[in-house]
Amino acid sequence: MIPGQFDYHAPTSLDEAVALLGQHGGAKILAGGQSLIPAMRFRLALPEVLIDINGLADLDYIREAVGHLAIGGLTRESALEESAAVQSRYPLLADTARVIADPLVRNLATVGGNLAHADPANDHPAAMLAYNAQVVAHGPQGTRTIAIDDFFTGLFENSLADDEILTEIRIPEPGAGAGGAYLKVERKVGDYAISAVAVQLAMSGDSVSAARIGLTNVSPVPMRASGAEQAVVGQRLTEEVLEAAGRAAAAECDPSADLRGSVDYKRDLTRVLTKRALRKAAERAAGGTS
Amino acid sequence: MSKHTITLTVNGNEFTREVESRTLLVHFVREDLDLTGTHIGCDTTSCGACTLLVNGRAIKSCTMFAVQANGAAVETIEGVAQNGDLHPLQEGFWEKHGLQCGYCTPGMIMSAKQLLEQNPNPTEEEIRWGISGNLCRCTGYNKIVEAIQYAAAKAREGQTEAGGEEASS
Ligand SMILES: Cc1cc2nc3c(=O)[nH]c(=O)nc-3n(C[C@H](O)[C@H](O)[C@H](O)COP(=O)(O)OP(=O)(O)OC[C@H]3O[C@@H](n4cnc5c(N)ncnc54)[C@H](O)[C@@H]3O)c2cc1C
Ligand code: FES
Ligand code: FES
Repeated sequence: MIPGQFDYHAPTSLDEAVALLGQHGGAKILAGGQSLIPAMRFRLALPEVLIDINGLADLDYIREAVGHLAIGGLTRESALEESAAVQSRYPLLADTARVIADPLVRNLATVGGNLAHADPANDHPAAMLAYNAQVVAHGPQGTRTIAIDDFFTGLFENSLADDEILTEIRIPEPGAGAGGAYLKVERKVGDYAISAVAVQLAMSGDSVSAARIGLTNVSPVPMRASGAEQAVVGQRLTEEVLEAAGRAAAAECDPSADLRGSVDYKRDLTRVLTKRALRKAAERAAGGTS
Repeated sequence: MSKHTITLTVNGNEFTREVESRTLLVHFVREDLDLTGTHIGCDTTSCGACTLLVNGRAIKSCTMFAVQANGAAVETIEGVAQNGDLHPLQEGFWEKHGLQCGYCTPGMIMSAKQLLEQNPNPTEEEIRWGISGNLCRCTGYNKIVEAIQYAAAKAREGQTEAGGEEASS
């Protein structure tokens, strides 16, 4: 189907893009377009103005900075797959990048767009919640950082102002004894998750010293499984502890029934995936790859 | 409504055209340039029949606006054969029966082209992964995988031959 009519601007600098957003009230940012254009084709989105940020090539990077990994807002998903730093030191992110859509979509889709879209079905929100990432936003007043816990405010809603652009995502560098994993079950390769679980934890000897767990597509807003986190922190990951964490995640998530499955099925899948992702993250922590 | 003048190359030829901002790249290529080898198989960015290369990257042209391709180098299935000679991928699909109805084939070939350019010697698993954005309703994929393996082997052979000639001259 053909989208509705709109005006199109292709700024070549960040300041120009921010100025254009300020001038045009109903404007939307166009990044990879892999969520926005499908929505426009169904006329679920009818923006009057599109500000295409694909010309802002300096927002496309993956850099290892002091204490964190910096990912430019316009970085394509395919660049995560090709990044040696991501593949070797950020296994939770590497797991996630592989299972987002398909290679054709990943060639265009951006990490910034994936978060800004604030779709609980998207995979990066859960991963970034588990990493305790920070989001950098640039607007007319300059730059501010937003903790990922404060970023998702509703279904398809985030805490960016209308004239702010997500310019960078910062993932804290995993310390000694850290491990992460993302496990997703989908109906077919390339599909959105039925449920998926992101775990980033730190082990101190045999027991878990810190853990953050994010859930995909089992709630209206991307969420952390705080009950499951509490069930494992300070504990050894015995079968009982894993089961308690899985049950906590199943209880605290809030899925709805759809073509992907019933509420009970999605809760149970979340229970199982939470256990498996915790186990895998702990194995990776023990194996030395964070 | 906004209209824009765009200039881009398609299969090495430069075109300048006026497009509406909402025109999708696939419609531009098929209707404005009459290159109908690129297909449309769905409304949901799911099937990959519309796959072509933009600056060397395989993308779904039903999910990109034509204005976004301003200044880009686009390659469609029509540009794959050179001087009347089939590309190793096209030959592979022919030799290995990589198609039945042929609807998915242009998209499959464009995805495979990017795959082989990045990874000239892919494993079967890497091939299946590489074409996972392209749906085929007929073949069951095995013959497509064989066609791509054929093309990879053929291209490698071509390279050793060319290398050999260079060394002997
Ligand atoms: C067939 C298909 C399958 C998919 N499967 C998955 C999947 O399994 N998992 C998954 O996670 N995703 C999936 N996606 C979604 C895909 O990853 C999207 O690309 C992503 O959700 C949005 O990124 P984008 O760059 O394409 O953003 P766009 O579509 O360009 O934009 C999305 C929204 O974010 C806003 N936005 C974009 N960039 C910025 C920015 N820098 N600052 C502020 N606002 C911004 C836009 O204004 C818009 O509202 C799929 C998409 C398709 C078409
Ligand atoms: S026509 Fe189906 S993905 Fe483009
Ligand atoms: S050959 Fe018919 S869809 Fe692939």
